[in-house]
Amino acid sequence: MDTLKLELKIWRQDSPKDKGEFKTYKVDGLNTHMSFLEMLDVLNEQLIESDSEPVAFDHDCREGICGMCSMVINGRPHGPLKGTTTCQLHMRHFNDGDTITIEPWRANSFPVIKDLVVDRSSFDRIIQAGGYISVNTGSAPDGNAMPIGKEVAEEAFDAAACIGCGACVAACKNASASLFVAAKVSQLALLPQGQAERDDRVVNMVSKMDQEGFGHCTNTGACEAECPKEISVEYIRKLNWEYHRSNIKG
Amino acid sequence: MNSYFNSTLFRKTLAGASGLFLVVFLIGHLVGNLQLFIPGDAGQKQFNEYALFMTTNPAVKLLSIITYTCIILHILTTIILVRQSSKARDVQYLHKSGNANSTWASKNMAILGTLVLVFIVIHLRSFWYEMHFGAIGLDSWGNKDLHTVTVTAFKELWYVLFYVCSMGVLGVHLKHGVESVFQTLGVKTRRYFSLIHNTAFGFALIIPTAFACIPIYIYVTQL
Repeated sequence: MDTLKLELKIWRQDSPKDKGEFKTYKVDGLNTHMSFLEMLDVLNEQLIESDSEPVAFDHDCREGICGMCSMVINGRPHGPLKGTTTCQLHMRHFNDGDTITIEPWRANSFPVIKDLVVDRSSFDRIIQAGGYISVNTGSAPDGNAMPIGKEVAEEAFDAAACIGCGACVAACKNASASLFVAAKVSQLALLPQGQAERDDRVVNMVSKMDQEGFGHCTNTGACEAECPKEISVEYIRKLNWEYHRSNIKG
Repeated sequence: MNSYFNSTLFRKTLAGASGLFLVVFLIGHLVGNLQLFIPGDAGQKQFNEYALFMTTNPAVKLLSIITYTCIILHILTTIILVRQSSKARDVQYLHKSGNANSTWASKNMAILGTLVLVFIVIHLRSFWYEMHFGAIGLDSWGNKDLHTVTVTAFKELWYVLFYVCSMGVLGVHLKHGVESVFQTLGVKTRRYFSLIHNTAFGFALIIPTAFACIPIYIYVTQL
């Protein structure tokens, strides 16, 4: 079985106020079938055995659907593989002897909590500003009572695939959250359930995005290229349209 | 509505819309400049009459005020947005992704725009300033002889090369800019994507190339 020996250059930062620095580690005998996070698990075992502080990193489902894993690998959010979260990136995509640089998401709106873990609650506050719908609670509505065309349903579903990981912000040269906000606004604007708050939603969410200190969108397309769910910048087009439309309507 | 005007998205729209007007201006400017291809005295007469019309006609004056306003608006809104976005990331990445996820032009519009601005200033000093305030001679028909000023300027190889290079920079700036403004306005839907993408590419290629051909033609015909 192929094994890898790697040099890892990892950002270490004890606390939000700590200055932080890169530290270099060597790991040997890595199975190429391991995921990137499992490789970090091996490193952490090594660090614990030598009485050192393990590297803190976010992870949860390790199935590519929760959006928790968040690290920039050799300058690419979630690593070099297209449409893949870090947890689904496997070590067979690296070569023996490689040096891998691992950094946290870099954005002032995502402050580092510790090492590779960042605080993404600014995304939660954007959602709180308008990423919801008003529904009557009670029994589930009949599935066919609200007809929605297949194309519309699929377009909304593609936007709903956003897992809110923040790779779009990490990839953007302006640290813009446009793709995230665009996905959330579009998903609800396309469906009948989202119509009641449609105008207020986009205005409030864009306003919150600005308040949280994210940069502006310069249409570089880096977000789409790095999004693990391959959310299209077409949704940013839709966000822009919705925003102009709502404001002009008043 | 107040939050609309203060939003980054509105400012970006303003930067894009003013840029779009400047593209329309470029087309008009190019059509006028094509008269420099007319050879001999007829060309000189026609170009100088055109220059006189462009500096005296009230409608053109109004258009020129709108053009200068758009240039200033384009620059100011961009500076505000760049300054705002530069505050969004204090700590930069150690390992840069290079052009792995986006085009070089899309990431360097500010540098490209600054180079275009330098060109505009030199261009205005060479021709606009001379036409308005310079000790410019008269042609045989009694009009200010901007044609001779232009032809003389393009006798210098370095000046021709500067023009051609600047047009290359303008082309790269236009390629991203024209396409980007339709995205910002929210009209680059899937239906019109190819049309807008190809039109932007066409503009970025044809307009600067046609502009660059003028100094090359004048230089070559004077060899």
